[in-house]
This record gives sequence, structure tokens and C-alpha cells, in this order.
Amino acid sequence: MKCRFKIVAKERLAPGIKRMVISAPLIAQKAKVGQFVIFRVDEFGERFPLTLVDWDAKEGTFTVIFQEVGVSTKKLGSLEVGECIIDVFGPLGNPSEIKNYGDAAVVGGGVGTALMYPQVKALKKAGNRVVSILGARTSELLLLEKELAEISDELYISTDDGSKGYKGFTSDVLKNLLEQGRRFDYVFAVGPVPMMRAIAEVTRPYGIKTVVSLNPIMIDGTGMCGTCRVTVGGETKFACVDGPEFDAHEVDFKELMNRLRTYVEDEKRALCAYEKRVRRMKEDV
Amino acid sequence: MSKPSPQSMPKLNVKERIRCFKEVALGYTEEQAIAEASRCLQCKVPRCVEGCPVNIDIPAFIKFIRERKFDEAIKKIKEKNSLPAICGRVCPQENQCMGRCVLGVKGTPVNIGALERFAADWERKRGISIPEIAPPTGKKVAVVGSGPAGLTAAAELAKLGHEVTIFEALHAPGGVLMYGIPEFRMPKEIVMDEVKYVESLGVKVETDVIIGKMITLDELFKMGFDAVFLGTGAGLPRFLGIPGENLCGIYSANEFLIRVNLMKAYRFPEYDTPIKVGKKVVVIGGGNVAMDAARSALRLGGEVTVIYRRTEKEMPARREEVENAKEEGINFIFLATPVRFLGDEHGWVKKVECIRMKLGEPDETGRRRPIPIENSEFLVDADTVIVAIGQRPNPIAVYNDERVKLTKHGTIVVNPETYETTFRGVFAAGDIVTGNATVISAMGAAKKAAQAIHKLLMEKKVSS
Repeated sequence: MKCRFKIVAKERLAPGIKRMVISAPLIAQKAKVGQFVIFRVDEFGERFPLTLVDWDAKEGTFTVIFQEVGVSTKKLGSLEVGECIIDVFGPLGNPSEIKNYGDAAVVGGGVGTALMYPQVKALKKAGNRVVSILGARTSELLLLEKELAEISDELYISTDDGSKGYKGFTSDVLKNLLEQGRRFDYVFAVGPVPMMRAIAEVTRPYGIKTVVSLNPIMIDGTGMCGTCRVTVGGETKFACVDGPEFDAHEVDFKELMNRLRTYVEDEKRALCAYEKRVRRMKEDV
Repeated sequence: MSKPSPQSMPKLNVKERIRCFKEVALGYTEEQAIAEASRCLQCKVPRCVEGCPVNIDIPAFIKFIRERKFDEAIKKIKEKNSLPAICGRVCPQENQCMGRCVLGVKGTPVNIGALERFAADWERKRGISIPEIAPPTGKKVAVVGSGPAGLTAAAELAKLGHEVTIFEALHAPGGVLMYGIPEFRMPKEIVMDEVKYVESLGVKVETDVIIGKMITLDELFKMGFDAVFLGTGAGLPRFLGIPGENLCGIYSANEFLIRVNLMKAYRFPEYDTPIKVGKKVVVIGGGNVAMDAARSALRLGGEVTVIYRRTEKEMPARREEVENAKEEGINFIFLATPVRFLGDEHGWVKKVECIRMKLGEPDETGRRRPIPIENSEFLVDADTVIVAIGQRPNPIAVYNDERVKLTKHGTIVVNPETYETTFRGVFAAGDIVTGNATVISAMGAAKKAAQAIHKLLMEKKVSS
């Protein structure tokens, strides 16, 4: 079988978090900030989305950063440079609405900090003053800190355990800034759902336009299945074709969290089955 | 010699089939096929042919079967239909060829579908032969979508000597045949064989390419394509739009069937994609898709109830599929429709609140319109709900391209003679034009569109 999507670079950024550069000229040429691609790693694999972190039309490559949490991301993470992914499909979803808002804050949590990078870059290019707030459970899980520091006007860090920066959440950092009288015209948040919900609650009283990038379960990514439906402003939207970015103040985060947990038990079962297969393969070698 | 009696289709027994995804209809044996073929009256003016959207010379191929010339039979079918193993299985023959059969007036019509399937399967087992292909015309055609319409258009155009590339958004070609119709009704191996046949005509199939997002229509022409055929189908799910519809455990039929068929969730965890089928499954709708979803859920261990707003008589599903579903133990609640879904504290569906309906005057479809009966609400337990109330066309390929005019229903406007859209050189046929319909109607239209594309390309060739 011909190799369509070759891995050209791979790097471990933090425990369980990897950066991968993949050759896919059509995607690299068309990619825009905020869009995602759908992966299927092998013949048995699920389809799952990852947001684009970077791309290079000339090289014909794009970059994703992901955390190995389930079978699919573990399978992807196990592939080495030179190996191929059977299906990569995109770019999908609507690009971010990038313009000169004025003062912008970009907030990222966990592996979402990686997704701040294209946002900050694009917002800076559009003339915004950009404050980046990145947070993680602990300092070694902070991603792209150096890269973000280089392109942001200001950078704040928070960790749940206080191992670096502010001890607490990114939402606390943003709240403190606002309470100190800092004003933002635009806030973008990406990360775990509880974090995005917290950011939405922080900016709501100030009436700041706040956009979140959602990550519901998806299959086809073209509007066919309806798996990724989210309630936004009382209406059902499909994150794949209507999103993935929505007005944070209108998103029903509770429903999103429930729906993300639909297959928790199955995911554990699948992971067990996968790890057993991997062990058996290693023993055979 | 006495006329042979009608041959019934052998089926996998119920006990065996309700716990697996093996094909239910097993197909005729040679002797059965010959016996059934012998029942054909070989009418001088065959009405069956009129009933066939692709006008297969039905009496001729049946005559070959009767004479045991199976090679000739399949060749005859393939003059008009490139995908007989598929049509023999999923065409609603009872409304088409068989519905017109003279024998049906007083008794049982010839089982034309089963004979078509027999001939196709007979050839498949022996290796599919490639028909004659016209010399290369030097013209290139892009076909968008690899479902029944796309495969048919591609095959027709390739046979006429054009260089054809199919662009498919999903990771596997076949469209609804792959993601929608379950294995027990349409084995995927057969779909793959039919795709291979189309490829053997010289057609290139590019999966993981979404036209409109990765490549625009203009870019297709810039890439050297002389014409574009859109066969993108009716892939968007319809929802009821009632409270609680986003609770966990509520699937669109599309999602449910994509998980089961395309992603092979019925073989989880060997395959990574999971599916949740609770003890009590409720399927909303009365079409073929509803039957496919219900019978899939049953095979995955659910106790399944279908809720349909009209009566059994008005069900749009094929009679045969409704019978299969009943045989397998699926329950039906007729004359009722859901009004809301009730969930538990974790956001999982638990009950469906329904309202009873009565039938009023016929509506624009000719079927009697269902009217809710006041204060007749009742509850049905459900751990899993599948909403199968139809699909909408998917115009993603032409988003943001105003040159391709759409109707208010989202279907593409075409010239009814040529299937050309309002964008010169871009053609469309199948569900993307009609809204969701049948495999064979899409194929019939795609064939006509292919002829129109051929005509346009050859005119251009002469003028250039």
C-alpha cells in the first residue's frame, strides 16, 4: 500500500505528550488557524480529530501536538519517523475569526496550551496586543512556553501544584488581571472543558467577547453523523461544520462534559485490549 | 411440462442471524435460479423493463439464466447496470420491475431481484470480466463521492474512454453502501468487489479528499478536469428538534450505522470504535434506515422497539425488511411520535415521552397525514435511542460557490434533461439532487448525467 501520510518528525514534549510533523501537502496548503484534521491511525482505528498547531505549505507538512490518553492517541504516539498513518483528513471546521480586536488574552490549559500557539501568532499578526496565559497540572506539562513567550506581549503561567508560576488555575490569573483593572477586547480559550467553562464565567460579567475551541467526540468531521452536536445559545450545532469555535457565553458546557463521557467505560476496555495486544507482540519478538 | 412454482429466497434462520451480522438472504442455488427464470413469460412488450430505472433487458437476461448461460446473463445485465450485486440486494424491486410483472397481477411476480443477484454473485465467484472500453478521448472527469451515483457515473464515463478520478471524503469508497447499509443486508466484501470492478475500468479512487474544503471546483478545472460530477448524496442527519435530544445514548441513524458499518463497532474492541447499545432500544422512524438501525441494535443485544407516526401500511421501508425485522423479534408502536426525551442525573436518556397520532387527510406525499391526539402522552423506557427520520442532502462540496444554485431544501438545482447544474461543466445526480431516495434511482440518474457529460465533452472536442 502506498504511503500517503508519512511522519517526518516526532518529539516528546512532556510525559505522554508528543509533537508530530506529518507530510500531507494538500492539508498544508489549505490549513487555516483554528481548523482540525481527522486521523485514523490503522485499519482497526477510530476516527478522531486533532487541531492543527502549525503547517508549512512549502514543505507540505503540518504539525499536531497530542496527549496519549486512549488507544487512538497511544497508537499514533507509537509510530516513528518514516512510518505512515493510513488516513489523515482535513483541514476541517471553520477557521478562527482573526482580526484586530485590540487587547486580546489567549488562555490554554493542559495540552490546549499547544493550541494557543497558532492563535497567538495569528492575533499578533493581525495587530493585537496579546497576553498569553498558560496553565497545566504541573510545570513539566507546560507546553511551548518558550515559543509562546517569544511571540506574546506578556506571558502568565499557572500550575495546579504551584511548581511554576501562579498556584491555581488560568481562570484565576485572568480574573486577577481583570480585577486589577486590565481590560481585554477579546478572550480565546482552549483546553479541558471545565477550564473553558471557568474562563467563560470569568469574562461573562465584563461582557468580553470570549471564544472557545471545542473538542467533542467526532467521527466523519463533515456533518454526517451528528456525534459532535453541542448546544450553543439553545440551538443544536455540529462542532465539525458549525464550529469548532463558539461563543463561550452561549455553550452548554455541562452537556458537552456529559457527552464527552459517553464511552468512558468502553475506552478503558479498548485500552486494556490494546495493551494486551502490544504486550503479546513484544513477547513474540 | 408444468410451470415451476415461485422460488422463495433462502434465508439464514432467525436464531442464528439475530446474534451476528452475516447476510440474511442467502441467494438462489443454480437450480432455484433456473426454476425461477422458467416462470418468466418472456413478454413481447415487457413491462418490467419500464419499471427499471436503468432499463435492464430483463426478459433477455432471465432467458439466459433459464438456458444456464449465466455468463451471457450477467453480460446482458451489465450492458445497463455496472453494480448488479448491489442492486440485486437493495433495489425496491417490488415497486419497480417486479411491481410491473404480469404474473404479479394474479399471483407471484418473477423474483427479478433475486435473479439479478444470482447472476452477479455467479460472476463474482468466477472473477469479474472487464468489458470493452472505448479508446481514450483525452478528456478528464472528476467524480465527487463514491456512492451509488458516483460509482455509476464513473463506470459509464470510463467505459466511454474518459479518464475518471473519484474523490471520496471518507476513508473507504462506497458511500451509503459502506457506511449506511449493514453487513447483513449488503456485505462490505461485495461493495469492495464492485468498487474494484469500477477501478478495473481505469477509474482512480482518491479517498480522504473532501471537495469544497481541500480542493474547490475551480481548482478541479485548473487541475485539468474537463467536467465534474457531484454525487455527494444525502448524508446529513435529520433530528426531531425536541427537548432532550442531545442526551447521551441518543444517536442519529447515521452515527449509529457509521459506527457499526464503516467503523465496525460490532467488532469492538478488536476495532477501536465503540458503540453503546443498552437493554432497551427505541428507534424512531419507519424507513429502510430505521429497519437497518433496529436490526443492527438487535444484533448488538438490545431489545428493540420501533416507533412510527403512521401505520404499518404507510411505512416507507421495503416490505421484505419489515418482515425480516418482525421475524427477528423487533416490536413496533404505530401511530405515535416522540415529544421529548427524559434523562437521568448524568445526562443519559432513560425514557421517551410519546404522543398518540391519528391519520388525517392525505398530504403532498399521498400518505395520510398523522395528527397528534391531545392528552394521549405515554412513556417508553429507553437506554438507547436511534433517530431515523431521514437524511438531508450534503452540499459541502459547493459551499460558498454561488455558481451552483441550491433549492431551499439544500438540494442542487439541475437541468432535468442533462443533469447539468447552474455552473457550466458541473453535473449532479442522485440524492444530492432529489433528497434521500433509493440506490437505483441515484444510479439511473447518474447514468443519464454521464451520457450528458460525454456529449458535452465530445462536442467540446470537435469544436476545439
